[in-house]
Amino acid sequence: MEQSVTYTYYPGCTLRTKARDLDEYTRSSAAALGIALVEPDEWQCCGGAYTTARDELATKLSAVRTLNAAKERGNALVTVCYACHNVIKQTNYDISHDEDMAAKINNYMKLAQPYTGETTVYHYLELLRDVVGFDELKKAVKNPFKGKKIAAYYGCLLLRPGKKLAMDDPENPSIMEDFIRAVGGTPVIYSQRNECCGGYITMEDKAQAAKRSGAVMSSAKDMGADMMITACPLCLYNLKKNSGSDLPVYYFTELLAEALGLKDVPETAPEGKDEANG
Amino acid sequence: MDNNLKEQILRSSGVNVLKCMRCGKCSGTCPSYDEMEYHPHQFVYMVEKGDIQKLMESESIYKCLTCFACVERCPRNVEPAKVVEAVRLAAIRQQGNNHLTPVQIPGMLDEDLPQQAIVTAFRKYTK
Repeated sequence: MEQSVTYTYYPGCTLRTKARDLDEYTRSSAAALGIALVEPDEWQCCGGAYTTARDELATKLSAVRTLNAAKERGNALVTVCYACHNVIKQTNYDISHDEDMAAKINNYMKLAQPYTGETTVYHYLELLRDVVGFDELKKAVKNPFKGKKIAAYYGCLLLRPGKKLAMDDPENPSIMEDFIRAVGGTPVIYSQRNECCGGYITMEDKAQAAKRSGAVMSSAKDMGADMMITACPLCLYNLKKNSGSDLPVYYFTELLAEALGLKDVPETAPEGKDEANG
Repeated sequence: MDNNLKEQILRSSGVNVLKCMRCGKCSGTCPSYDEMEYHPHQFVYMVEKGDIQKLMESESIYKCLTCFACVERCPRNVEPAKVVEAVRLAAIRQQGNNHLTPVQIPGMLDEDLPQQAIVTAFRKYTK
C-alpha cells in the first residue's frame, strides 16, 4: 500500500447515533490500511431515499452539498451506509447527465463554481477493492475468519440501479464475497442476497418487514450461513429485529476491524449492541 | 383533468409508459406484490390509460419499498418504480394529504430503530 491518501468521508445521520459501530470500525480499519477519512465541515442528512421524480429538486440539495464539499477539497467521496451511498451516487449521476436539473440546482445554490458531477464517489467496499485491493487487504489480515460461512447481504440499495451505482453486477455481484474471502471466511451464496429487507416499511407495517427480512434470513440459513454481513443500519435493524431469525448479523466493518486485529475481543465476539444514544 | 394529471405523472417520472410490453416481470419480482392492490405493471398501464385517481387513492402507493428491483429487471427499461413515485407525489403534494405526520412518530419508536428509517419514511410519505 502507498502512503496515506485522504478522502472526504460522509458518515450520514445514523452512523452518529444508532450505528456507531459501523462508523467507528470504518474509521479504525481505514486508518490501519493507510486511508485518511475526513468529514465535510457541516454535513446534512442525505434524506435516506433518492427521489426519482424529475421535479423533485429540494430533496437532492443536501447530497449535492456533500458532493461539492469533496470537490472543493479535491478529494473523492467515501460513504459506507447503503442508503447514503445510493442517494449520493444517484444524485451525482443525475446532475452530470441532466442539464436542466443541474442548471436549476446550481441557480439555487450559487456555489463558487457550479457543481456538475465532478466528484468520484466510492462505497467503502469499492475503496477496499479498487484502491487498497483485496489481495493487499488479505496480507494485512491478522485474525482470519477461518471456517466461518458468511452470507453477504447486498439488499436493494448497494447495487441498484446498476447503471447509476456502477460498482458491481447488480444481479450477480461478487464484491462482498471477495471481501469475505479476503478476511479469510467462506462466502455463502443465497437467493435473497440482493432482495429488499423491507426497509422503512417497518414504520407502519411490521408484518411486511417481518416477511421480507425473514425471507432473507431463512434463505441464508438454508444455505448454511453462520452469520450475515451488511453495511446498512436499516437492513441490520430489520434482519435482527423483525425477521424472527437467530442468525447473527454484523456490519462488515466489524469483521474487517476484527480481521485486522483492531478489536480486543476474540473471534466469537459478543453481539455488537448499538448504543442507543441520540 | 385526468389528462393534466397524466401529463404531470409522465413529466415527473420521465417514464415512457408506451415502452411497456406487459410481460409482468416488474410485478413478478416486486417484494410488495402481496401487499399491493395495484401492482407495478398496473401502475404503468393505468397511467397510460389516464386512470390515475384510483391509484392515488390506493394504499398501494405506500407499499412500494423503492428497492429498484423492477427498475433493474424490466427488459424494456420502463422503470415502473418511477411511475409509482410520481403517482405518490401527486397524492401527497395535495394540501393535508401527508401519509405520515410527526405526531405519529413517538408511537413508532423503539430503542433500536435507526434514524434512517424515520427520515426515509418522511421522504416517502410526506411533503
